[in-house]
Amino acid sequence: MSVDADAGSAESGLSDEVLLTVRNLRKYFPVTEGMMIKRTVAEVKAVDGVSFEVHRGETLGLVGESGCGKSTTGRCILRLDPPSSGEILFGGVDMANLSRAELNKMRERIQVIFQDPYSSLNPRMKVGDIIGEPMKVHGLLPDADKRRERVAELLHVCGLNPAMADRYPHEMSGGQRQRVGIARALALQPEFIICDEAVSALDVSIQAQVINLLEDLREQFNLTYLFIAHDLSVVRHLCHRVAVMYLGKIVELAPADQVFDNPLHPYTQALLAAVPVPDPEIESARAHQTVKGEVPSPINPPSGCVFHPRCPKAVDGCSMSVPELRELEPGHWVACSEA
Amino acid sequence: MTVTTENLGSPDIEALPERDSLIVRCWNLVRRQPLGAAGLLFIAIMTVMAFGAEVLTSINPEEQMFEHMLEAPSWEFLLGTDNFGRDIWTRIIYGARTAMLVGFFAAFFGSVIGLMLGVGSAYFGGKIDLIFQRVMDIFLAFPSIIMALAVVSVLGTGLQNVIIAIMLPMIPQCARVVRSSALSIREIPYVDAARALGYSHGRIILRHMSPNVMAPFLIMFTSFVGQAILAEASLSYLGLGVQEPIPAWGLMLQGGAEEYAESAPWAAVFPGLAITFAVFAFNLFGDAVRDVLDPKLRSR
Ligand SMILES: Nc1ncnc2c1ncn2[C@@H]1O[C@H](COP(=O)(O)OP(=O)(O)O)[C@@H](O)[C@H]1O
Ligand SMILES: [Mg+2]
Repeated sequence: MSVDADAGSAESGLSDEVLLTVRNLRKYFPVTEGMMIKRTVAEVKAVDGVSFEVHRGETLGLVGESGCGKSTTGRCILRLDPPSSGEILFGGVDMANLSRAELNKMRERIQVIFQDPYSSLNPRMKVGDIIGEPMKVHGLLPDADKRRERVAELLHVCGLNPAMADRYPHEMSGGQRQRVGIARALALQPEFIICDEAVSALDVSIQAQVINLLEDLREQFNLTYLFIAHDLSVVRHLCHRVAVMYLGKIVELAPADQVFDNPLHPYTQALLAAVPVPDPEIESARAHQTVKGEVPSPINPPSGCVFHPRCPKAVDGCSMSVPELRELEPGHWVACSEA
Repeated sequence: MTVTTENLGSPDIEALPERDSLIVRCWNLVRRQPLGAAGLLFIAIMTVMAFGAEVLTSINPEEQMFEHMLEAPSWEFLLGTDNFGRDIWTRIIYGARTAMLVGFFAAFFGSVIGLMLGVGSAYFGGKIDLIFQRVMDIFLAFPSIIMALAVVSVLGTGLQNVIIAIMLPMIPQCARVVRSSALSIREIPYVDAARALGYSHGRIILRHMSPNVMAPFLIMFTSFVGQAILAEASLSYLGLGVQEPIPAWGLMLQGGAEEYAESAPWAAVFPGLAITFAVFAFNLFGDAVRDVLDPKLRSR
């Protein structure tokens, strides 16, 4: 992959058209006390001022340790959770101002694939109904026979035997179920799919198959992905650009190769150092620089740079001021005053 | 959208293991839940009585044979006659029809409405859920029979009103149990998937959440049928339920049955046994349903 000056069009097939804009997104969950009358005693700052853009045709990776707010970011974009503040524009339309009908129309364009293939499918519905229902609800194919054909087609596209339409999810393997989840997401012919740890729950051998499928589908249907993961090796293979999150904030955002080959934020460096290298010789020779301490609670995040208590490069100033994302190289944004 | 499918061949579909035949599965159930099976057998007998009353007896349940008043059980009158000379066996059979009618409809509407409200409350959450819970708490504070009495005194007696009176207190009971199950269903990603797909609230509640709280729902439903039969008998006995001359077990216990309890005990004993067995059967069956569907609830 070549790294252009303009990160948005780093590769052929990517356009400059911004499909999704997230601006200063915040999502605070209240921590309440009391049985009858609930009062808010604290707030979980799950997402705290996140901004990024996704270009059409691009796959943006969103990585970070568990609990750093990746899923919440995705859920806010999908409007499964209302954001506390900030803007989300999809195709230039502000998602906050949509009526329920307009939002439902928008849902045809933005879809999601969840992590757990066991709990993301309704156990009481047959696979054919799971995939056919969105088309029925949105009136895309009112005719039941046409819908059945289309379901068979989608199953085939996702590498499943169309005869699986008559099965229940529990009669399938994890990989097969995840393919059903993908087929369901494709049913409305979306432009943009959020993959929230879409392969994390699968066996490693099946992960590769599903990732290949996602790549094929991206080309076939001109899809744009927001690919959420905590596994960096998966991300490198699939993503054009990568955003690294820590405690509700983006600390580094750059073309994938730059993040992996030239990480500038100490947290990204530590995260990459923790990824085992498949070759045992290289692995044992590698300097293991692990991050000290635990991830602080998002209820009471550290002052200044949220990473400073664990940062090997922290200086006095780090606890004072919150570092802004700065473009240190073309297309390579880092939120660290020392980088 | 065109479909190109190089290197995406359909893998062969492996056959699913065959399921046991219905008879084998029934037999397994009888072995594992003998009491439940016994309950089910009695429920089946009651259902046959309710549907086949005309076949099982040739006597009109309302016919008063004054030449046969308070007769002891005999070949002619299997369970004897009451003080109006009505055949008790016949009236028990027709009474089963009344009991099943009230029991089934009250339990059905009570649990289904409770299901919708409970799942809806869990689905919407937040303020709606909070207010709903408090309202349910208020209703649950009244003993069911008191509430049923209050409803009958407002609406009046009669089969339909008895069903409503018995059904109303069941709604909050069912809603509360179903809600707690639905709260955990609400957090499962397939509900989020349904929301992300733009399904309506009604569709998510009915098609996606309700079918997955069937276990507590069925447990509530079966126990409600027994409760409703008992409640109908109580109301009828108090003169606030089904009215004469409709045959009802509760009605058969009052009046002459009480007056002649010592000289003609059969007039009170047999309808009393019918009520006892019916309620017992539904409780046994309900316990078996609960054990099969939700082993976690067993200790309750
Ligand atoms: N509904 C919620 N209520 C309260 N806290 C939540 C809720 N959802 C997520 N959180 C908290 O927000 C933080 C971020 O969660 P999440 O976005 O799921 O992280 P990730 O997907 O990166 O693992 C976590 O600390 C989590 O406990
Ligand atoms: Mg997550």
